[in-house]
Amino acid sequence: MIEIRDLSKTYKAGSRALKHINITIDDGEFVFIMGRSGSGKSTLLRLLLKEMEPTSGRIVVNDMDLGRMPRRYVPRYRRQLGVVFQDFRLLKDKTVYENVAFAQRVIGVPTRIIRETVPEMLRLVGLSSKYKSYPNQLSGGEQQRVAIARALINSPEVLLADEPTGNLDAQNSMEIMYLLEEINERGTTVVVVTHSREIVERMGRRVITLDRGVVTGDMEGGARYDED
Amino acid sequence: MMRISTLFYCLKEGIRNIGRNIWFSLASTAIISACIFLFCLFFALVVNVQYMVRRAETTVGITVFFDESMTESEILAVGEEIRVRPEVMEARYISAGEAWEEFQKEYFAGMEELAEGFADDNPLAGSASYEIFLKQIDGQKAFVEWLGTVPGVRRINYSGDTAAGLLSFNRILGLLSAGIIGILLAVAVFLISNTITTAAAFRREENRIMRLIGATNFMIRAPFVVEGVVIGLIGAAIPLAGMYFLYRSAVAYVMEHFSILTGLIEFLPLRVIFPGMAAVALILGVGIGFVGSFFTIRRHLKV
Repeated sequence: MIEIRDLSKTYKAGSRALKHINITIDDGEFVFIMGRSGSGKSTLLRLLLKEMEPTSGRIVVNDMDLGRMPRRYVPRYRRQLGVVFQDFRLLKDKTVYENVAFAQRVIGVPTRIIRETVPEMLRLVGLSSKYKSYPNQLSGGEQQRVAIARALINSPEVLLADEPTGNLDAQNSMEIMYLLEEINERGTTVVVVTHSREIVERMGRRVITLDRGVVTGDMEGGARYDED
Repeated sequence: MMRISTLFYCLKEGIRNIGRNIWFSLASTAIISACIFLFCLFFALVVNVQYMVRRAETTVGITVFFDESMTESEILAVGEEIRVRPEVMEARYISAGEAWEEFQKEYFAGMEELAEGFADDNPLAGSASYEIFLKQIDGQKAFVEWLGTVPGVRRINYSGDTAAGLLSFNRILGLLSAGIIGILLAVAVFLISNTITTAAAFRREENRIMRLIGATNFMIRAPFVVEGVVIGLIGAAIPLAGMYFLYRSAVAYVMEHFSILTGLIEFLPLRVIFPGMAAVALILGVGIGFVGSFFTIRRHLKV
């Protein structure tokens, strides 16, 4: 469960990215966070990843209060989150297999376990046959699947996706969304940051709308959301 | 405890960093090699000079003569006083008779009949002396001063110049080597630091991903430290291999071409000098690599 209480973030330059927002996301939910550029979506994601500290307010993820968390616990906390980015952020000099295995290698998972879990994960995202390919040999949709596989390989409880379809065409975008839905059905909480109205409408899930750092809407079903 | 797979991962990534960053790595290795080569050179010099000083200490003696009015038992009593001094390694009594016998052997060799003219009349009567060897030559000045205050001491023969010369040469050599090595160490650490900064820039994206995946500081930093330590090790191994052959050749060359010095100087054999030199050089190389990389990566990768 993710609980955000009275959260504000003001950058040093003085711009207020988030203003007293309150959000609760239950375990196993699939939630879209919508908003235009500068609405505070990315700031919220970075705060959830504990890449920076809020100016005020609280974030509690799975009973862990991020404000009280010592720095040394941050890596362990981040292992409970999977992250997917718009630009995929794959390592270009590693194959598909190595990119996914990398996420386990860097947290010290034994090679014997890696050999079992990576093929399984590649099967889930439909890339079993491409395990030897390098990122530049894959389409955008396939690269995003690799990124999703890497995000999920350590069985996180929450998957955070920052504009995961931003660089994809309509068909690939929906395929990625259906994959995220499948992952959600397996019990992972999925939070997708997007500005695509079309995707939100087609998915029919809960939508939290941010505008200039304030929550302006929180609707179930994705049928309605506030936008100027 | 660290897993073997984690250890291999860090080693592999550290070595990959060196490959990705080959020119910087080569420059760092070269400067560390230069630094350690100079260190080895000075090490060999200092250790050999110390060895020669030690040898000189055992051969450079002090001879003390006594007032002619003193009886042998009085001289022996003073000798006891000398012998119990902590800086004295050995004090040997040479009676007037022994001194005369020695003199005859040295100056009338082959012409003993010339000495017979003296019959039983010892011309060196009253020349009983003590020959004193000190444990360390640097205590000689203070000891001679003390000897001068002992009642009955007529004359003290010693070589102040030999002692002072050897000591000051060794001191200057030590200071010079420390200074040059210090400067080179600073340059080497600076270059390693630059190499690691470049490596960190190459891997910025990878490190960001690692951070978000939940890699610990150790996992993110270790490959860079491995890189620094490997460069340091290679930087130490190259000059050590060079010194191994150079030292042997240099000693053989000096002994062959400057045979006049053979009686004066004697070099330590390679097998005596090399283990200590290798140990210090390797520690130095690893130390430079570790310090240069560890503190740089701490500064660059705030996790």
